[in-house]
Amino acid sequence: MNKRNFSQGLNFIIIKISVFVVVAFLFFIIFHIFRNGISSISIDFLTKPPTDSMTRGGIFPAIVGTFCLSIGALIVAVPMGIISAIYLSEYTKGGLFLRILRLGIRNLAGIPSIVFGLFGLALFVIKFGFGSSLLSGSLTLGFLILPTIIAATEEALRGIPQDFREASLALGATKVQTIFKVVLPAALSNIVTGILLSVGRVAGETAPIMFTAAAFYKPALPTSVFDEVMALPYHIYTLATEGTHFEQTLPIQYGTCLVLLALVVLMDIAGIWIRLKARKSKKW
Amino acid sequence: MGSSLKEKIYKNIFLIVTAFSLVILFLIALFLFAEALPLFKNVSLIDFLFGKMWYPTMSPHSFGILPLILASFYVSFLSAIISIPLGIAFAVYLSELAPKGIKEVLKPLVELISGFPSVVLGFFGMVVIAPWMTNKLSPFFTETIPNFLSFLHLSYLSNFFANNLYIDVGLNITSASIMLAFITIPTIASLSEDALYLVPRTYKEASLSLGATKWETIKKIVLPAASSGIATAVMLGVSRAMGETMIVLMTCGGASMIPVRPFDPARPLPAAIAAEMGEAPYHSLHYEALFGIGAVLFILTLIFNILSDIARTQGEKKMKGKSV
Repeated sequence: MNKRNFSQGLNFIIIKISVFVVVAFLFFIIFHIFRNGISSISIDFLTKPPTDSMTRGGIFPAIVGTFCLSIGALIVAVPMGIISAIYLSEYTKGGLFLRILRLGIRNLAGIPSIVFGLFGLALFVIKFGFGSSLLSGSLTLGFLILPTIIAATEEALRGIPQDFREASLALGATKVQTIFKVVLPAALSNIVTGILLSVGRVAGETAPIMFTAAAFYKPALPTSVFDEVMALPYHIYTLATEGTHFEQTLPIQYGTCLVLLALVVLMDIAGIWIRLKARKSKKW
Repeated sequence: MGSSLKEKIYKNIFLIVTAFSLVILFLIALFLFAEALPLFKNVSLIDFLFGKMWYPTMSPHSFGILPLILASFYVSFLSAIISIPLGIAFAVYLSELAPKGIKEVLKPLVELISGFPSVVLGFFGMVVIAPWMTNKLSPFFTETIPNFLSFLHLSYLSNFFANNLYIDVGLNITSASIMLAFITIPTIASLSEDALYLVPRTYKEASLSLGATKWETIKKIVLPAASSGIATAVMLGVSRAMGETMIVLMTCGGASMIPVRPFDPARPLPAAIAAEMGEAPYHSLHYEALFGIGAVLFILTLIFNILSDIARTQGEKKMKGKSV
């Protein structure tokens, strides 16, 4: 008996150490970026373009670029994602076609982001002639997060009790009215959570925009959707791998990492907070 | 009735929008293969897949991607060795051991890791892990351990360490694997946790009431019952590691030779695409070869996704009618 209890204790300790290692590593990364990046953050850093061949100055164009790309991706993905989720959750009853549809969406979610980048390059940049631009990048990123939005919305819709739908239908509402006036509003906060988590993901994506939207250096802000833009993740990548000024631009790299990380973490926290609040006020 | 016609129209519009995901999937496959295809007028498929030299810009050029494929397998395998035990342990903790309050904190943290910008992880690998490898880990392997071993008169082992475990490049397969493991842990942990959660409570209660300890119940009842769900999680984790670009691009060193030691630099498939596409002229052989690499990567990750789907269906069959 003692030996069995000992074995349990030992294994539980190993499990707890594993969890601790993962969480500690996360906090170590965040702490390291914060400690080295915070001294670079200033009003000028956040509101001025880079100068002196990017060894000085700020990252304002990259912030604007990332903002525009994220909004663009949402415009592409959110309406399509919500409608797909409505179809999957409210209209389907099984069958072969549904299985193919679900398999397709799951596989779309598993495609590496660099492959999306190649696809965007071949289709939007070259075939459609959009060039490396805000438009090409937003479309590529939008398709990339489409499966995530579908999954999050579908889960939110499934969380709404069947009674809601039945009550609405019993009152004479049509199915479409029920979906748009009862089900969607009830699921709204969980859908918003899903969208905010996706924004965090899209803002940090680098590989899909490398050939479709991102500019190495472009201090002017975009004026049309056909403009190339700077972006925070791509800015980090180019500065960190462009050998000649690596040491000199290290503070800018840390600062940009911190801004990007703060953006992503804020989106995540906002999303999780909305979900928590919705759960607490839930009356069913 | 007019409204029922309207309902039908809505339903069909929704269906078309939903099917658009399939269209995208199809278009991605189509464009990858269409852009890669002209390459095979000049290079045979065998030479492409199994050629040992990747010299796309030299003359004469050589488009063998075997070193890149092996590099991808190497980093995915090494990262899986780290991420599978940690991910499953994390899932077991969340589902079986954690008090409710801790669980409420840990689950959002898992989401945070899974959405962590990979470029920041690549950067962290470059500025922290790589220097640590060459400055701390290498002397530890080639001086501290061999000294200790020769003190124990194990000179053969001592020489083995000193001669094989040196790390002269910090950006190498192990550095990349560590960071890759970190980003795949959330995939494995959260999907495994879902699988553990689905194990009927009666299973555990039966085991506990027969006198098994909690750990014995986890090990012999819960984990085996959730095994297909965990397999799904692991497959998706490996697939994610294989397709992850920025980490391998920034921390793996980029050498396109066949990797041997875990401390060799290498160039996995996604890194080759990301690093070289900018310099490859439109519709040159190099451009086509990079799309070929994309197609290979697409097929590899598709295989892992389908395997995970098979595991999922198996699990659903096994669990049918057993939920309590």
